[in-house]
Amino acid sequence: MRKTRSIGGHDRRPGFWVYGVLIAVLVGSFFPIWWSFLIGSQDATAINKNGMIFVPGGNFFANAATVIDSIPFWNALLNSIIVSSAVALSVVAFSTLAGYAFAKLKFRGREGLLVFVIATMAVPTQLGIVPLFIVMSRLGWTGSLWAVIAPGLVTAFGVFWMTQYLKDALPDELIEAVRMDGASMIRSFWHVGLPAARPAAAMLALFAFIGTWTNFFWPFIVLDPGNPTLPVALQQLQAAYYVDYSLVLSGVVLSIIPLIVLFVFLGKQLVAGIMQGAVKG
Amino acid sequence: MTAATEVDARAIRRIAFNHRLSHWDVKLSPYLYISPFFIVFALIGLFPLGYTAWVSLHDWNLIGGQGDFVGLENFQTVLAQPYFWISLRNTFSIFLLSAIPQVIAAIAIAAVLDFNLRGKTFWRMGVLLPYVVAPVAVALIFNDLFGDKYGVINQLLNTVGLESIRWHVDVIPSHFAIATMVNFRWTGYNALIFLAAMQAVPRDFYEAAIIDGAGRWRTFWSLTVPLMRPTIIFVIITSTIGGLQIFDEPRMFDQYGQGGASRQWQTLTLYIYELGWNQRNFGRASAVSWLLFLIIILIAALNFYISRKISATSDKAIKVRPIKARGIS
Repeated sequence: MRKTRSIGGHDRRPGFWVYGVLIAVLVGSFFPIWWSFLIGSQDATAINKNGMIFVPGGNFFANAATVIDSIPFWNALLNSIIVSSAVALSVVAFSTLAGYAFAKLKFRGREGLLVFVIATMAVPTQLGIVPLFIVMSRLGWTGSLWAVIAPGLVTAFGVFWMTQYLKDALPDELIEAVRMDGASMIRSFWHVGLPAARPAAAMLALFAFIGTWTNFFWPFIVLDPGNPTLPVALQQLQAAYYVDYSLVLSGVVLSIIPLIVLFVFLGKQLVAGIMQGAVKG
Repeated sequence: MTAATEVDARAIRRIAFNHRLSHWDVKLSPYLYISPFFIVFALIGLFPLGYTAWVSLHDWNLIGGQGDFVGLENFQTVLAQPYFWISLRNTFSIFLLSAIPQVIAAIAIAAVLDFNLRGKTFWRMGVLLPYVVAPVAVALIFNDLFGDKYGVINQLLNTVGLESIRWHVDVIPSHFAIATMVNFRWTGYNALIFLAAMQAVPRDFYEAAIIDGAGRWRTFWSLTVPLMRPTIIFVIITSTIGGLQIFDEPRMFDQYGQGGASRQWQTLTLYIYELGWNQRNFGRASAVSWLLFLIIILIAALNFYISRKISATSDKAIKVRPIKARGIS
């Protein structure tokens, strides 16, 4: 364990002002989310008059019911779950395989190819949407979830992340030992590489899941209004109920609940993942 | 006797075959394992970007498909449109309003999180919470907070005796509101990245600085920040690439999604969408995509060049210190 310390190398506990600053920051990050519930639980007349609102109203479930009736909410929720899980699984599988190769196997052009992978992270691929759309409509995939899943199947970040992790986490001797026993390449990956990669793979899955869940631009372009993901459905809600923000924000609350719940359980891992990635990256 | 040698020969052949198989297994497996990335990148990244250039040289309709080859006409038309230049201005304005305060705030928050706190995990998680809220949801919430008539922020301004600000009408206020949405979601995330970089600074360096008589503030500025430079560069470059492509927040800033009545907050990506999917002109949308691509590459290269220069000069400054530190401890 790292010894704890503060700026300047002082180990003693900081003063109250530090906690004061932190509380202010936390209020800043929590207040907008609280606000969406505050407004989402009112009725239209309450929010369209002057004066501040401090307590939740009793209208949340009525609003939520209207939202669920007016946009394909359950469909969108299911789609978001399918798309995010599929991308998370696939990113982890392909990135772990590639990361294992880059970190532990010897082959010609390894260094150059890895540099290429890292360089692609700087390519703004979002700007290729016009041809991507043309290709998807030729394939007949527009409106289908495949169109959203396919571009996310594997990411440069994932490959880089797994490479960095496996470099340190997996001793070469272990692979040599299984190879000596006559295991094929894929078997030695399966029995030694994959188990060693597990902690980093779990974090990668988490980030891929959240990234896909919150993604809007491409799903908005390629999916049909009748079969959206959650962010696309929220856009429809705004278009339909712009004047009644109590409805819009109750929809927002509904849509953010799943990831907030995820965050309560796995937020610690997210924090650890970001901090590890920062040191290695 | 002969039977025995035949068996031997067969066994040898089998071993040789297995050997050859395993040879190819060793040779080819690595390429097989890395191939999914390269295939996906070629199909989703490289090919579309190249094809964008091809489409931009043609008349090309969303429904009708490919038309005549028109050379650089799409570029000429687009560059003559006032909306292109307005979008370019808005993109940069929103980007600067989000990137600069965000990096500064993130470093400050990281410095506070770096204290020897009680309940570390709680504070770190609290800072990260906005990251799990989708940009679309963030935009809808802040739309309400920044409401022109009944928005909380205007009401607060009125309470302290200031005039309401027309967030959805005026140029700079709308950019400010959109930048706030971006900052809300990403400041905490970046703070954790900076925190990790701060904690990677070796402890001896701090001891040396204290012995040299440097105060907290001075230590932070002349030791911690220079050592964090690679991380700061990394955050700036990634937020440049992402920030110049901003779409979700300005798209959701009103219900029409065109960037305001006189395109006050239309960004280049919104403009690409308008050209391609509202006007159905894929040729022009591709021309703007390609221009934005060049702008991003240019800015990223510039970023990289400047930061290289800065870190080269600052390296000289820091190099003295570790030696000193080692001498003392």
